[in-house]
Amino acid sequence: MQRYILSKKNSITVISAILIVFAFFGRFGLNDMVIFTWSLIIASVLGVAPIAIQAYQALKVKVVSIDVLVTIAVIGAFLIQNYEESAIVTFLFLFGAYLEQRTLNKTRSAIKGLTDMAPETALKRVANGEFEEVDVDDVDEGDVLLVKTGAKVPVDGTVLSGEGHINEASITGESVPVSKCVGSQVYAGTILENGTIQIEAERVGEDTTFGRIIELVEEAQDSKSDTERFIDRFSKYYTPAVLLLGFIVWLFTKNVELAITILVLGCPGALVIGVPVSNVAGIGNGARNGVLLKGSEVINDFSKVDTIVFDKTGTLTVGNPEVAEKEYYSDVTEEVLEYLASVERESDHPLAKAVVNYIGKTNLHTVEETEVVKGEGVIAKVNGHRIAVGNVALMERENVELNEKARKDIVRFEQNGNSLVLTAVDSELKVLMGIRDQIRPSVKEDLQRIKNLGVKNLAVLSGDNQGTVDLVARELGLTEAHGHMLPEHKSAYIEKLQKQGQIVAFVGDGVNDSPSLALANIGIAMGSGTDVAIETSDVVLMNSDFSRLPHALGLTKATARNMKQNIIIAVGVVLILLASLLFSEWMNMTIGMLVHEASILVVILNGMRLLRYRLRGKYTKLVKSENEEVVKAA
Amino acid sequence: MQKAVIQLETLACPSCMQKIENAVKGLNGVNQDSVKVLFNASKVKLNFNAEDIAITDIENAIENLGYEVKGSKVRSA
Repeated sequence: MQRYILSKKNSITVISAILIVFAFFGRFGLNDMVIFTWSLIIASVLGVAPIAIQAYQALKVKVVSIDVLVTIAVIGAFLIQNYEESAIVTFLFLFGAYLEQRTLNKTRSAIKGLTDMAPETALKRVANGEFEEVDVDDVDEGDVLLVKTGAKVPVDGTVLSGEGHINEASITGESVPVSKCVGSQVYAGTILENGTIQIEAERVGEDTTFGRIIELVEEAQDSKSDTERFIDRFSKYYTPAVLLLGFIVWLFTKNVELAITILVLGCPGALVIGVPVSNVAGIGNGARNGVLLKGSEVINDFSKVDTIVFDKTGTLTVGNPEVAEKEYYSDVTEEVLEYLASVERESDHPLAKAVVNYIGKTNLHTVEETEVVKGEGVIAKVNGHRIAVGNVALMERENVELNEKARKDIVRFEQNGNSLVLTAVDSELKVLMGIRDQIRPSVKEDLQRIKNLGVKNLAVLSGDNQGTVDLVARELGLTEAHGHMLPEHKSAYIEKLQKQGQIVAFVGDGVNDSPSLALANIGIAMGSGTDVAIETSDVVLMNSDFSRLPHALGLTKATARNMKQNIIIAVGVVLILLASLLFSEWMNMTIGMLVHEASILVVILNGMRLLRYRLRGKYTKLVKSENEEVVKAA
Repeated sequence: MQKAVIQLETLACPSCMQKIENAVKGLNGVNQDSVKVLFNASKVKLNFNAEDIAITDIENAIENLGYEVKGSKVRSA
């Protein structure tokens, strides 16, 4: 019976609305007070039933809930024969709850969109070699699964046969399909856009990358900050306190009307719901934009950050040395480049790889008599020519003449932060290449946005030499640059800043910087959803996309602001309601309930704004900052 | 010890959380410290002892409070 009434809550709300309208029609249209009174009585009894049941169940588990306050208030109004108030208040309460549920669903929609991407079924190979559709929970590690065009990959695994293109947006936020062939890693929750593949399951269910992301986001949206925990504790005692206050007022004034009005006005609805709503909408926006925020504590801290410390390699730079500049001397034929590629192909030195990548596909020749000169380069014989590839020291060893222009070029390349690779054919200088780790595209603009958002210090730490680090810092307009840093130096540096009272965020690739990620107030991992990154950091930028960082910062600031606004709205409404009860004539239970429900909707709608948040023009404008100059390390 | 995740209908009022939490914690066989009600995800996570209580009993206790249970997943912890 109880369950039946509760399940019909929405119908009850509608019926009670009709009865109330009918009552007023009876009174003012037909001038019939009997219809008026009885309609309202029926509406009250009907309306209060589900609320009273909820109140009773709450009391059974020793919770004084809002339902308890409202039920007592309605019964009180009923007893003093104020049927108008009892009917309208129950209706408003039920209707408000309905609207709350609807709007709350909206604020949660972003995260729900993510969890709905979870795969549900899989085609699993069974004993006779056929594939059979099974629930994704019934897939174990080692099972062989078939994925057809348009289907979701059900687990993390490796491709055994077939090929195709997979949209990995659910994991990386990047919607350009990635080509997969035998041996490629595939991830649960990604979509096979074309082709057919068979995969072997390696990680299933909650252990998949996607499963972990979902779990993380779900936990994050419900994790609580200190403020929230305080509000929770507060509301635990607040509701009984309101009940007590109402009782005391009744005891002293014998005014039932006043006492029950206090019960309604004192409802804490907007206060308890305001912060969680901002939180879920903010985290939802992040999840949709490739930023994983681990909870409201992270949002609060990140929004107040003074200093952001960056790791250089792999964070500000691509982490992949590339040929940035080149000069050719005398006539360089295709053959010279072919010789160079042939020699460099045999080396696994990072610079050699950069050279090979730069030249690309070309004719390769047999390389003989290869001789590696440690710290200088390689000498080898190709097609009878003596090829020397290496730095200036190697050229001198080989008696290669460096003319005026070449010397100038070398100085210029070095100033630009390049490592040099010179190529001589038969002791004649042919090619000079400058190789450096490229700065990620648009990092400069992103850093400017971060400055515009009010972060005072931007520092770069790196294991590279000071010159290279200074150069990066100067180019990007960072405020501090420190080279020769080992991981433990980095965490010590962060500790030093924290001792000075700064709130520090550290941005790293999440693999070799875990101590710094853990130590910083906010650890931000540039990870493609790697395990370590997800575990140790507070914020994960999916797909290693640096441009998400300004969005993440702006979003946390907006979310923190939104939470404060909601607290102010909630507390303000209760104070104003109570004050007007004391100082004005017009306040009654109905208006109280109306304002109260309205304030709940206002905080939910306010929270919903965060779903649409993105960085606006004033932050994206690239204003020249005053502190462009680089402070050199002491 | 079994680990259960129970999916509920959308929770709208935070005081629902307290109710559900207290009710589930009060059940015999449920590990009190493990009970977690996720408001936004509208989920209850808990550990329980399968010898003392069945998952259907826990679901019933929640439904009796007036919150529809949409489904639950149980794994051994």
